[in-house]
Amino acid sequence: MTARLPERPGEVIDRSSSLPFRWNGGDYTGMAGDTIVSALAASGVRVLSRSFKYRRPRGVMTADFNDPNCLFQVGDEPNVRAAHRLLEPGMDTSSQTSWPSLRFDAKAATQALSPFLGPGFYYKTFMRPRFLWPVYQRVLRTFAAGGKPSPQPGHSSPDKRYAHPDVLVAGGGPAGMMAAISAAERGARVMLVDEQHETGGYLRWSDSDGRLALADLRTRLAAADVEVLTDSVVFGRYDHNWVGVMQRSHPQGERLIKARAGVLVVAPGLIERPLAFEGNDLPGVVLSGAARRLLNLYAVRPGTRAVVLSANAEGAAAAADLADAGVEIAAFVDARAGETVVRAKGRTGVRSVELTGGKTVEADLLVTATGWTAPTALLNMAGVVPTFDPESSRFVPGEMPDDVMATGGIVGDGSVADLLSHAAAVGQEAARRSGHKAVHKAAAIPAAAALAPPSKEPVELPTLEPEPHPPLFIGSTSGFIDFSEDVTTKDITAAADEGYRSLELAKRYTTATMGPTQGKLEVINAGVAHAIATGRAIAGMGTTTWRPPYAPVSLGALAGRMLEPVRHSPLQPYHERVGAQPIVAGQWIRPNHYGDPAAEVTAVRSSVGVIDVSPLGKIELRGRDVPKLLELVYTNKWSKLAVGSVRYGIMCAEDGVVMDDGVTARFAEDRYMMTTTSSGAAGVYDWLEEWLATAHPDWDVRLTAMTDAYASMNVAGPESRALLERLVEGIELDAESFPHMHVRTGTVAGVADCFLWRLGFTGELSFEVHVPAGYGLHVWEALLEQGADLGAVPFGLEAQRIMRLEKGHFIVGQDTDGLTRAHSTGLSTLINSDKPDFSGKQELEWSEADSGTMLVALQPEDPAVVPPEASQVLSGNTLVGRITSSRMSPTLGRSICLAQLTQDHAAPGTVVTVHLPDRTRVRARVMEHHAHFDPEGSRLRG
Amino acid sequence: MLLIDCPYCGPRNGSEFAWQGVPSPRPDPASTTPLEWRRYLYEEDNLAGWVEERWKHRSGCRAYLIIERHTATNEIRAVRLLGGTPL
Repeated sequence: MTARLPERPGEVIDRSSSLPFRWNGGDYTGMAGDTIVSALAASGVRVLSRSFKYRRPRGVMTADFNDPNCLFQVGDEPNVRAAHRLLEPGMDTSSQTSWPSLRFDAKAATQALSPFLGPGFYYKTFMRPRFLWPVYQRVLRTFAAGGKPSPQPGHSSPDKRYAHPDVLVAGGGPAGMMAAISAAERGARVMLVDEQHETGGYLRWSDSDGRLALADLRTRLAAADVEVLTDSVVFGRYDHNWVGVMQRSHPQGERLIKARAGVLVVAPGLIERPLAFEGNDLPGVVLSGAARRLLNLYAVRPGTRAVVLSANAEGAAAAADLADAGVEIAAFVDARAGETVVRAKGRTGVRSVELTGGKTVEADLLVTATGWTAPTALLNMAGVVPTFDPESSRFVPGEMPDDVMATGGIVGDGSVADLLSHAAAVGQEAARRSGHKAVHKAAAIPAAAALAPPSKEPVELPTLEPEPHPPLFIGSTSGFIDFSEDVTTKDITAAADEGYRSLELAKRYTTATMGPTQGKLEVINAGVAHAIATGRAIAGMGTTTWRPPYAPVSLGALAGRMLEPVRHSPLQPYHERVGAQPIVAGQWIRPNHYGDPAAEVTAVRSSVGVIDVSPLGKIELRGRDVPKLLELVYTNKWSKLAVGSVRYGIMCAEDGVVMDDGVTARFAEDRYMMTTTSSGAAGVYDWLEEWLATAHPDWDVRLTAMTDAYASMNVAGPESRALLERLVEGIELDAESFPHMHVRTGTVAGVADCFLWRLGFTGELSFEVHVPAGYGLHVWEALLEQGADLGAVPFGLEAQRIMRLEKGHFIVGQDTDGLTRAHSTGLSTLINSDKPDFSGKQELEWSEADSGTMLVALQPEDPAVVPPEASQVLSGNTLVGRITSSRMSPTLGRSICLAQLTQDHAAPGTVVTVHLPDRTRVRARVMEHHAHFDPEGSRLRG
Repeated sequence: MLLIDCPYCGPRNGSEFAWQGVPSPRPDPASTTPLEWRRYLYEEDNLAGWVEERWKHRSGCRAYLIIERHTATNEIRAVRLLGGTPL
């Protein structure tokens, strides 16, 4: 049975088109311009879904984005607003909440149980016995609303855009359009955002005068320089007019626009409010706006015989449109004359309507026009406190901040001309308030020079008052208040009786306003029902807090594409060429190994290896007062560091916790180079800047970040000197001329301005070579080429980690944590309490006697067992610490660890138990030195 | 998101700036007590109202700024360089 009418004057469908689609397994056709639901309605489908809790049959109710009964699965996309989404040929759609079929929903049996399914039913019923909860959960899940998301990850990679409009208008009805036109004509850059597929708001489905006004507005809007975004929504207003816009039908899918608006003009119009009465959710009970949208946009007849309940002009207009389309008006119920609807009757749709006085009218359509909800969400987010106006039975805006204005139905009622004159003034004033930015445009665009300049004086706004409206919220019978959550008047009353006297608590208890409609249809009725149930005046009822997002936005669109920076060393081409195994280290991608880390260790210990340490943080410090800064940030003594020397130091925060470590070299009297850990570089740079800026602005110290300026490589192993002698010019490398912990500058492989220092993490004789970044690859390749006969190999992070563990060197953040004070690292000799001040000094003094835990070297008694890092360490059954690092040592042929143990278990020789993940245990002994290998450091100093 | 009018860079998104809180004077390290020092380290007045906070334009010019901000409304009425260094 088709419900499609002959051509209607304002229709948006293309009658020459025929779009086949599927719904619940059946074949249907619609037209271009149809929404999924208008196409189904045109095909005579009345029952579109089953309700959330009682599985009641539901049909079209609002016929727009907010329709609670029109959430469909479309392909692999769940929860599609099918009364908004435009039909596309070949769409595979289905209702989401029915089983086994929409016609016969087995769970509709819950309706018979409804007296027992009041608010809090789930909390009260499924609590006990607790062990049955997994069973309950499995069954209850099948009742949950919602479609099936695609199991495939990453359908698209949504874009983001930043915009800086002078004026952003939220809402593209007549007032929004006019405000946008008027602001643009005063030279402002304007963005107009509307949720529908076309501009025009309610004029789209209104009468011929309305259509004429709309045509005129569209002409002016097209001529004005306004960016118009349809099928888009302003979902949030944040601090300083940071406005979130979701563009739904961007060619690449959803697109998030982050707009910084000079002035936000809020013009969302009004949302029609249903009335609560028995049967108000039956298919065939529709709001007047829905009837007019179906009739005038999609040429769909919503019924054949109608009862119209009307409290305003829109109800009368709907009745006229229905009559015009050949729908018989069985009764026109004038709410302003005190008449109303008591209940609607029927099983899968309206069959008859009972009116006040007991009269029952046969009808398959009940149209209600009982008032409006002002969608004040964006105003609330801007800190405005709307107040309830009992005269007009809706909320009106309160005092507004300067950068937010409102116009249109949210402010007041009137003829189209009244709305437009208010909106025009608001647009002018918004252009004026957005200020200087608008002037730039006028100067830059010749065409804009013809525009009127922004007004200098504040623009006077004409009054726009809300019209009186009868207070129609709750009928004399109990009906649905929240259609998405199946909450009735009775449920709200029951919650109030159970003691939920706060609306916010009653809301959460009954879940009213918590479903997909998020209060847009039900918030006022819920508030009124609760006010009545708690004996309060309607005028004083609370309202809920509107929070962003105003409309649903997909997480993928918020996340957008991956924009984390990835850093590579200048030697990356080599690592890639030889197929090094990469590892992610913070932002850096580094070679973990080149095939066999244990063999790399053996090569370094027996001949020579080269590691890429370019990510090492490097900061150049220049100036007279550098030693003072070093004294302040390091725990040890720095003022006597000689030119040409390098020193190791630990940095603590002001609470004495280790924050970073590294070496600093003195190149010249007033020139130093500091190194930091790879991941700590940015933090240390901030830390130095902070001391200089906040405590010692008078000091002569300048900092330069040099990490990316140098490629750094450590040449380590007994043959490292022999290798470098072949490449270095201008530096004597023998132990006497270039001792351990010294720095020299010179030429390496023909590259000038390199600096070398003698130190390393591996415990071998080693030289760290820092090469101007652009020549790094050349020097690296030269080292490997020239060292081929010496057995030179590249080694990666893993080999270095093994060797540093063999030597007992800790890694900040791995072997220390947010509670590890400097004394706990076992390096108390590096804490110089004679200095008058350094960061962390006070806390370190106070905690010197007991620093909590100690870092110790630990060896399992079974040398083959490598306890995983973070394994618990026990003494008896008492937890005394944890393993922080562990490896199999290829050099010693046994497992080695570093561990944090409580002070009373940290003495050398103490035997503790390590608890392993497989629940077995291994005994381990605390070692005398942190270094498992060469504790005297003789290899290093050779 | 806040919009902060940096004296060097002009109005920029708040995400470029690092918040450092209301600066409290560092106690004299020579004579401080644990109680006084830990108050300095950990305690904030957390006023609802106008505060003078220190911020850093970390992803911009790296200047240290003193910003007068209302903590309840996020209104910013003054931004100046730390120490009042003239531009």
